[in-house]
Amino acid sequence: MAAPTADSASPADSTDPTNPADPTRPVLDCRGVWKTFGKGRDRTPVLRGIDLAVHEHEVVVLIGASGSGKSTLLRCVNLLERVDDGTIHLDGDDITDPRVNADAVRQRIGIVFQAFNLFPHLTVLDNITLAPRRVHRRARAEAEQAALDLLDRVGLAGKAREYPDRLSGGQQQRAAIVRALVNSPRLMLFDEVTSALDPELVGEVLALVSDLKGDGMTMVIATHEMGFARRVADRVCFLDRGVILEQGRPEQVLDNPAEPRTRQFLQRLLDTEPA
Amino acid sequence: MPSQLPLADGIPPPSPLQRERERYHQRQTVRSVLVAALSTAVVGTLLLLAITGAPGWDRVRESFLDPDVARESLPRILDGLWLNLRLLVVCAASALVLGLLIAFLRTLRGPMFFPVRALATSYTYAFRGVPLIIVIYLMALGVPGLRLQGTPGVLVLGGAAIVLTYSSYLAEVFRAGIESVHPSQRAAARSLGLSYRQTMRFVILPQAVRRVSPPLLNDLVAMQKDVGLISLAGPIDAVRAAEIAVGNTYNFTPYVVAGALFIALAIPLVAVTDWVTLRAARRQSAEGAA
Ligand SMILES: Nc1ncnc2c1ncn2[C@@H]1O[C@H](COP(=O)(O)OP(=O)(O)OP(=O)(O)O)[C@@H](O)[C@H]1O
Ligand SMILES: [Mg+2]
Repeated sequence: MAAPTADSASPADSTDPTNPADPTRPVLDCRGVWKTFGKGRDRTPVLRGIDLAVHEHEVVVLIGASGSGKSTLLRCVNLLERVDDGTIHLDGDDITDPRVNADAVRQRIGIVFQAFNLFPHLTVLDNITLAPRRVHRRARAEAEQAALDLLDRVGLAGKAREYPDRLSGGQQQRAAIVRALVNSPRLMLFDEVTSALDPELVGEVLALVSDLKGDGMTMVIATHEMGFARRVADRVCFLDRGVILEQGRPEQVLDNPAEPRTRQFLQRLLDTEPA
Repeated sequence: MPSQLPLADGIPPPSPLQRERERYHQRQTVRSVLVAALSTAVVGTLLLLAITGAPGWDRVRESFLDPDVARESLPRILDGLWLNLRLLVVCAASALVLGLLIAFLRTLRGPMFFPVRALATSYTYAFRGVPLIIVIYLMALGVPGLRLQGTPGVLVLGGAAIVLTYSSYLAEVFRAGIESVHPSQRAAARSLGLSYRQTMRFVILPQAVRRVSPPLLNDLVAMQKDVGLISLAGPIDAVRAAEIAVGNTYNFTPYVVAGALFIALAIPLVAVTDWVTLRAARRQSAEGAA
């Protein structure tokens, strides 16, 4: 790792994110993260100085209006987008250092997308064992056994040899979660993993995410499901136009928001939600 | 599919309404088959009459459809066709590999690869623009003119010309396929820690190739007849053999024989193409429905 630099980009606190001796060192530590899209006059900031630390076993839920930057933040953490300014540390490693090996970083982070993104030309089992076999060079039998164990846990053992298009949306999403889990990630990111699902399939996926919390998985979850946020979150962060406007315990942010904009957002959700 | 239709038990016996409907559809089917057969017969007869009734028909039949000449020239032309067939297999395989390689090179990012990318791009521009005949002439006549040591024969040079031209077409087909795979597939693969190359090899290319297999096969059908142009370079393939026979007999029947043989050669390839296209269309609609 590069030598720790002067901590100029850190308005959050002055602790050193790379200090391995620090027992409170977070798994994920974003400091002053800026991200803009577009060029010249069309340049629009999407993340405007995000500070977010996520500790081991902690579940952080991101809420906020459409376009507030939730997906972008998750994609930046997974290095699918390059941040402009600020730093992101994963277990003390500065992963925003341009010299970092992005593939190695991504192996330590699992991400699940709204649209599942399973590989349609591979069976469920091959989807899951692709990275273990090709990236981690595990033997086929070993990788498949690990995959089957996990599939069994999520109730999909019978679907291992099916192609994704033969599965329901909920089953596909659970398979996608297993695909991310099988690499034993340090951190899991969930980006609105139930938005593409029919209402009756939402429950099975949320139950799986709750199970992971029970296992002590460190997670960052972007969601529009406020009930789920309330149940699973240790901390809720309200994102508004690229900044974390408010954060705290779920009951505090969701029931007693301090910021008018948070209140507005929650009110609008209540209004549009079917009774 | 069949496993999803275990309905036999629960279905009630057909009602009179359903039976009447089925009978109606059956009658309609029989009717359309009859209509099709009749109209085919009428059109066929008219065509036949028009051709055989033409004032020059007898002379045309003599010089293009002489059974004796056909029988005599057939063995030589078949020998030639065997050369076409081998050439087709070798050229098709080489053009597919080369085309895929060029398509891959064109997708490489980063400044280091700029010359490679530029070269691959100009290659596809150049060889899609030049007529195949000119490439064959340049290769078969120009390259030996250099009098280099170890220059291969005209057969290899002519084959190389076909590969050069066709790989540029196939490269564009492959590239279109690569670009048609949704970026989210790439993101999903990269997020699992796969490198750029692994993502290409295990995720993007397999999907791309499946999608473009109909147009790829179409290009191979076109190639199967274009291998006949090798005769311009000198090797005795089916076309050249027919040409020689025509020269000997002053009768054009050998051309017709060669033409018929090329069609026979194309039929299986065309059938496979149609089948693959149909399957791809089905899969696409299944994907859309999912
Ligand atoms: N690749 C991109 N190029 C340009 N603009 C982008 C890109 N990706 C995202 N944006 C813009 O960034 C803003 C934030 O998008 P983002 O997807 O992060 O929002 P979100 O909070 O996840 O919204 P949603 O709840 O709808 O998923 C949006 O205005 C979007 O148009
Ligand atoms: Mg989003």
